[in-house]
Amino acid sequence: MEYVIEMRNIRKEFPGIVANDDITLQVKKGEIHALLGENGAGKSTLMNVLFGLYEPEQGEIYVKGNKVVNNDPNIANSLGIGMVHQHFMLVDKFTVTENIILGKEPVKGGKVDLQTAAKEVKALSDQYGLRVDPFAKIEDISVGMQQRVEILKTLYRGADILIFDEPTAVLTPQEILELIQIMRKLVSEGKSIILITHKLKEIMEVCDRCTVIRRGRSVGTVDVKDSNPDSLAAMMVGREVNFTVVKGVSEPKEPVLTIKDLVVLDSRKVAAVNGLNLTVKAGEIVGIAGVDGNGQSELLEAITGLRKANEGTIQLRDKDITNKTPRSVTASGLAHIPQDRHKHGLVLDFSVGENMVLQTYYQKPYSKNGILKFSPIFEKANKLISEYDVRTPDAYTPARALSGGNQQKAIIAREVDRDPDFLIAAQPTRGLDVGAIEFIHSKLIEQRDKGKAVLLVSFELDEIINVSDRIAVMYEGKIVAVVDPKETTEQELGLLMAGGKRGTVNAE
Amino acid sequence: MQNKNNKMKLLVPLVSVFFGLLIGGIIMLVSGYRPIEAYAALFEGMVGGPYYIGETVRQMSPLILSGLAVAFAFRTGLFNIGVEGQLLVGWLAAVYVGVFVDAPAIVHIPLAILAAGVAGALWGAVPGILKARFKVHEVITTIMMNYIALYSTNEIIRNYMLAPGERTENVKETASLASPFLQSITEYSTLHYGIIVALIAAVIMWFLLWRTTMGYELRAVGFNQHASQYAGINVSKNIVLSMAISGAFAGIAGSMEGLGTYQYMTINAAFTGVGFDGIAVALLGANSAIGVVLAAALFGGLKIGALNMQSIAGVPTELVGVVIALIIFFVACSYIVHWLMNRVSKGGKI
Repeated sequence: MEYVIEMRNIRKEFPGIVANDDITLQVKKGEIHALLGENGAGKSTLMNVLFGLYEPEQGEIYVKGNKVVNNDPNIANSLGIGMVHQHFMLVDKFTVTENIILGKEPVKGGKVDLQTAAKEVKALSDQYGLRVDPFAKIEDISVGMQQRVEILKTLYRGADILIFDEPTAVLTPQEILELIQIMRKLVSEGKSIILITHKLKEIMEVCDRCTVIRRGRSVGTVDVKDSNPDSLAAMMVGREVNFTVVKGVSEPKEPVLTIKDLVVLDSRKVAAVNGLNLTVKAGEIVGIAGVDGNGQSELLEAITGLRKANEGTIQLRDKDITNKTPRSVTASGLAHIPQDRHKHGLVLDFSVGENMVLQTYYQKPYSKNGILKFSPIFEKANKLISEYDVRTPDAYTPARALSGGNQQKAIIAREVDRDPDFLIAAQPTRGLDVGAIEFIHSKLIEQRDKGKAVLLVSFELDEIINVSDRIAVMYEGKIVAVVDPKETTEQELGLLMAGGKRGTVNAE
Repeated sequence: MQNKNNKMKLLVPLVSVFFGLLIGGIIMLVSGYRPIEAYAALFEGMVGGPYYIGETVRQMSPLILSGLAVAFAFRTGLFNIGVEGQLLVGWLAAVYVGVFVDAPAIVHIPLAILAAGVAGALWGAVPGILKARFKVHEVITTIMMNYIALYSTNEIIRNYMLAPGERTENVKETASLASPFLQSITEYSTLHYGIIVALIAAVIMWFLLWRTTMGYELRAVGFNQHASQYAGINVSKNIVLSMAISGAFAGIAGSMEGLGTYQYMTINAAFTGVGFDGIAVALLGANSAIGVVLAAALFGGLKIGALNMQSIAGVPTELVGVVIALIIFFVACSYIVHWLMNRVSKGGKI
């Protein structure tokens, strides 16, 4: 059997870490091959080795049966390997066509021949069912279309082996379905695909075979049709994983957060939150379901003091926190796991230890009379690191050096440890693998069981339904319905999120 | 990993200095000078005897302070190009107190230095406020403030403090940093007590940034304003504070000239250049307190040694300017290399 790609016994080291240890990956022609592993398992490193960005210490690479020597990205390109990056590499101000031909422009009479290029782009996109407008500017098109531009870039360069790096992380459910169609179309036209992911559902749906790696080592390669999500998850994490969230019945008590008639303007001065009412009680998790852009971010920013509330009141227990500073809101008993962990959650260039006291550095025992006390700071950090299993060489390592899942664990450790009355968790599991998700969900439920009020905002309906005790559906800046997760379905939620009325699903 | 980083931090400036001198030597060679002889004279003129050491150390003091000013702002995410202007207003404030106030030395000297620091802080705070409040980029405003400082100080001297010779009166003896003792042990160089002030300032900068909650906030804001705001840190306040502290260092650098080297202030036809040298010092010193002191020693020494190089080897002093520029060029280049190396290893994080 000839493989279109064969990586044999690859070993790649970085100072202090073996990122890939004796990994073998064999991809057949015309298949979609999943590369599955936790955050930080070494998937990206392996692909960067294949793409020639890293030189492995050991091992051999064969493409279509020929050994590759002195690999670099240009050689990889010429061998027909194309990479669709997770973070798009596009010039915002350029058109789709200009981006696709960048670096390989057709020239006529000393000028870039945009007309011919646009025709070629159109032909390619028709052939593979990639709907793009060749003349649209990147900044004006949706994320899904930007990704299709990335795919076209590789096809335009003649790639027949495409590597997709976590392609669904940035897409909406609808766009994910489209992407799956596109991948099927690509293989039917003779391309081969390596799909890097940690989402089991997608693997089950679209892949032929799956290679699992764990902590830098191959665990094995399986046929997807002979496996199931449970067995894949167990291979990936190294133990059985619980998909159903285990939780008892909630016992809601007195209201902790009370929002009345809240109006918040967004940066364009449009009312993003428009007369919102919401109560979260002690001992319950309220999930906010909604399509992105219906005022969720503005709501959270108003509660946490990062954005001005124009009308209405926000109360934390009996304290009015409307338009208070972030510090005084925090001091009133609020903790916040922010949606964007790199932007808000961490100072990436600070050490993990310094990040652990981001809100408390000015309090005893972490400082006294304005002088920082490093031993209590790092004692605390070490305690949190071990309690929450944050994988870092030590507390002095910059937060930037940690993998996404471990960064998130560090934030959760810091926020939960402050023992707040009210905890906001915004997209707490975005981009994380099943092991980390399980851990984070159990922490949220633990807080609830301790009598805390928890507000969960997520675009993953699974998560909302599994974790919440009550679901508040947010649409155009208002809570349009509050439903019991035990009595609702994804379809009903989906309809409510799109502005439909309650009961219309059941009425059918 | 940590050790490797520290090694790199030291290696980059050392390699740059070496290459700067090497290329400087080649330039001398093709210009018809004898580089070995010239460098020998340069070295002799830097540290070849008590007088030269005294002059080098004297030259260091304002360079340390202006380097600290740039480095401090840089550590908090701001680029203070206005050190020159803050230095000028500090110089004037120090001389003003030195000329017009009567007090015993124990009060007079600290008071004059304090005045310089406050003047520099206020001058630095203006771009800080403009940035915090109106999002005006500090590079633009600090450059403009330099010109305002130059012409305003000249105008004030001309109208209120003029003495014969396009300058102010000398400061009173009670405000002077000049030291007959230091002069006598350095064969009557112009060494003064300013170096002590500069070294104390270096310790203060280190302590402020790395050991206080204020420094924690300043660094947090420098790295990530969004996360700082989320954590309850007042971002605007810290931007203004950072510029003010940076300006204070620059202002005190001015007092080194006013109370130490010159004892007066002249009407300046052009910038002194000390403020801009601070950028080079901070860059070579990797924005750390100890690095700034070492870089100031090197640049101060090169500037003083250049005089000897001219008189002994006949090489024009401008060549030292070329060497300094080359060193900075290599530091900047190796930072690019360094940065690229970091990027690659970061991309490989698992």
